[in-house]
Amino acid sequence: MASTMFSLAFATPSASFSLQHNLKSKLKLGTSSQRAFSGKDFVKAKSNGRTAMTVAVNVSQFEGITMAPPDPILGVSEAFKADTNELKLNLGVGAYRTEDLQPYVLNVVKKAENLMLERGENKEYLPIEGLSAFNKVTSELLFGADNPVLQQQRVATIQGLSGTGSLRIAAALIERYFPGSKVLISSPTWGNHKNIFNDARVPWSEYQYYDPRTVGLDFAGMIDDIKAAPEGSFILLHGCAHNPTGIDPTPEQWEKIADLIQEKNHIPFFDVAYQGFASGSLDQDASSVRLFAARGMELLVAQSYSKNLGLYGERIGAINVLCSSADAATRVKSQLKRLARPMYSNPPIHGARIVANVIGIPELFSEWKKEMEMMAGRIKSVRQKLYDSLSVKDKSGKDWSFILKQIGMFSFTGLSKAQSESITNKWHVYMTKDGRISLAGLSSAKCEYLADAIIDTYYNAS
Amino acid sequence: MAIRAAISDRCSKLSSSSLGARSLSSWWGNVEPAPKDPILGVTEAFLADPSPDKVNVGVGAYRDNSGKPVVLECVREAERRIAGSFNMEYLPMGGSVKMIEESLKLAYGENSDLIKNKRIAAIQALSGTGACRIFADFQKRFCPDSQIYIPVPTWSNHHNIWRDAHVPQKTYHYYHPESKGLDFAAMMDDIKNAPKGSFFLLHACAHNPTGVDPTEEQWREISHQFKVMGHFAFFDMAYQGFASGNPEKDAMAIRIFLEDGHPIGCAQSYAKNMGLYGQRVGCLSIVCEDEKQAVAVKSQLQQLARPMYSNPPVHGALVVSTILGDPNLKNQWLGEVKGMADRIIGMRTALRENLEKLGSPLSWEHITNQIGMFCYSGMTPEQVDRLTKEYHIYMTRNGRISMAGVTTGNVSYLANAIHEVTKSA
Repeated sequence: MASTMFSLAFATPSASFSLQHNLKSKLKLGTSSQRAFSGKDFVKAKSNGRTAMTVAVNVSQFEGITMAPPDPILGVSEAFKADTNELKLNLGVGAYRTEDLQPYVLNVVKKAENLMLERGENKEYLPIEGLSAFNKVTSELLFGADNPVLQQQRVATIQGLSGTGSLRIAAALIERYFPGSKVLISSPTWGNHKNIFNDARVPWSEYQYYDPRTVGLDFAGMIDDIKAAPEGSFILLHGCAHNPTGIDPTPEQWEKIADLIQEKNHIPFFDVAYQGFASGSLDQDASSVRLFAARGMELLVAQSYSKNLGLYGERIGAINVLCSSADAATRVKSQLKRLARPMYSNPPIHGARIVANVIGIPELFSEWKKEMEMMAGRIKSVRQKLYDSLSVKDKSGKDWSFILKQIGMFSFTGLSKAQSESITNKWHVYMTKDGRISLAGLSSAKCEYLADAIIDTYYNAS
Repeated sequence: MAIRAAISDRCSKLSSSSLGARSLSSWWGNVEPAPKDPILGVTEAFLADPSPDKVNVGVGAYRDNSGKPVVLECVREAERRIAGSFNMEYLPMGGSVKMIEESLKLAYGENSDLIKNKRIAAIQALSGTGACRIFADFQKRFCPDSQIYIPVPTWSNHHNIWRDAHVPQKTYHYYHPESKGLDFAAMMDDIKNAPKGSFFLLHACAHNPTGVDPTEEQWREISHQFKVMGHFAFFDMAYQGFASGNPEKDAMAIRIFLEDGHPIGCAQSYAKNMGLYGQRVGCLSIVCEDEKQAVAVKSQLQQLARPMYSNPPVHGALVVSTILGDPNLKNQWLGEVKGMADRIIGMRTALRENLEKLGSPLSWEHITNQIGMFCYSGMTPEQVDRLTKEYHIYMTRNGRISMAGVTTGNVSYLANAIHEVTKSA
């Protein structure tokens, strides 16, 4: 075998090995512990004037790789961290902050974690579909514990890596079973939606959503685009607290959207990342999903507990597929698992346990509802304060009331990309380039400063 | 296309029914039930078995001598320190910086020049699976014409991962059924015959499912031949510390390749060696030419992670960095890992001795020659089925025994059962 190796080494044009190398090989084969040469010797080894293979070995296969652009949302926080100015304000990522602009770990979460610590539970692999106690409570939270669809076992639920991971699994399901089918996403939408469908190779197009003239919903445009989509398209809807605009359809508009989707045989696909954060009520925020379910429609729902339980980094969410029969739900669940296995095998356990405890233990669940109201309440009061400051400071008479009408963590200010950049450079206010500010990152103490920044930028920056 | 036809067929049925009354038809009519995962399905079946004699030697999760899952003491201590003192904010897309630093030291060596010179692009990953998957997606995106060479046999999920990443697969010889060892000659032939610059998946230590690892000399030859061929080595290291009990020793293959100047890729997992299974903690690293390239490559790895899960879970990463970052806890960990590895080595000896005492006509040397959590017993699927049906012993049908599930309490029962189904082989 040794001789085969050597002859091949000489025969290969791109491999030039000196005699030293062959000697080394002989030594390698002979003994287990001798190391006659170190790796450094190969850098110097050359033969016949050709560049040694060793130099070629150090040239990477990934030579041509360029730097990826910073993420438009998560990149904002990174830029904020690097800014040393003391006036800086981070209104980028949608992570809830207290009035002191500190991250907030909910009391119920601390209690749940202490319980878990006391119990000393093990850390074994979850099944591919995740923690069954979690899957049960998450679908109940979404559909309502008494919903017949749950009793009829028509919902396939698997734990997912927060909203992103759940959306990705659903996208992979669509790609596999509805190849060529399109997903319609709102214009605008959360920045990562496009990345998810792109990487899952699911074609997408946009439906009108935001109307800059009214800073409200372009309902007619939305209806037109959903109507024009090929039959059997997937319509991605934000269940509540639309990101980035904060603009939600009214209940009457939801009914009309449902009518149209049924008429066109589209499939509704809800992204529910803010249940509880929109109105303060967990049940009320699920009403759009429940409305569609009550009509007997099949639908998909991705859930996240990042914001409403403050579990951001734990990556806990779920993908639910409501089917017309229990049999279909069983089959769909098995295929969701088959998509998850080659992505991460099984989901992380810690966040799932926290959620299962918080929702499953009645005292903790009640306490959570109160904390949820508190968080949503702080955001509502900050909206009011910002609106008040803007109205007082802006002498032009512009109507800033859209800030009060919008709902949830975000406000779409109407600032342009250039203005969003300008407000960052001049005022050290960090936001995403689509003009979105996260009110969760605003304290009432900073409302005046922000109002000044917005007014100055809106009128003076191009 | 069949599915399109099915959709339009369903659509025409649906449009003729009144709004809200289409409860019988489903969009999901063409969704078949997926086959059970060959590994995780075993545990499901085990859990469902009411027999008091049942033994689970299926999934590779460590059990103590009472057959119970173990949470390491160092992990419990780390959790006590973490509880309540950290918020749960999003990690950066690339994950916990501290955890990555410690992971690289483990894999590449404390004093690695590559680390000093910042030549390694690394991100926190969803355990070993997630690390392999991100690498497979990265390989697809930046070397779109490449294939992956996978050993025969390998962990079954490797095939799923590269398939779902749309990277074509080839195989290379690895396991030699007759000797129940390494088919080194055939492996080397496959390495030489692969097109130059091919991507190879290598198990760094404690090959799963066979437990058969190349010797040091064999690793050096493999490394040499990789240089000749300009192949790319991607190491899946899921058992560092678990194989021999010594993490440095278990990283030997990687160190050999690094000495030889290979710019490797590596998937690390803390599922087994820190018992963090369900926390999903691991690390993906790729050696680059220089710091600039490492920064670019890392940014692209993050770009792949963002549409998959945005950023990785924080809890397990905190546990790992707390343990590895504290010299006392790290020492405690090293002791506990050695303890687990030693128990397994002890069970290998016991199983072999029991089989020999029973007078088995077959050779069972391979049980103690093989290393790590698994033993490739050489049993056929039919023999495995008998073990399950008649003796309530659960393992994967390829004959792989998870030695972690063997205890002093069940080793003779297990040996007896294996003897019974193989004695007339």
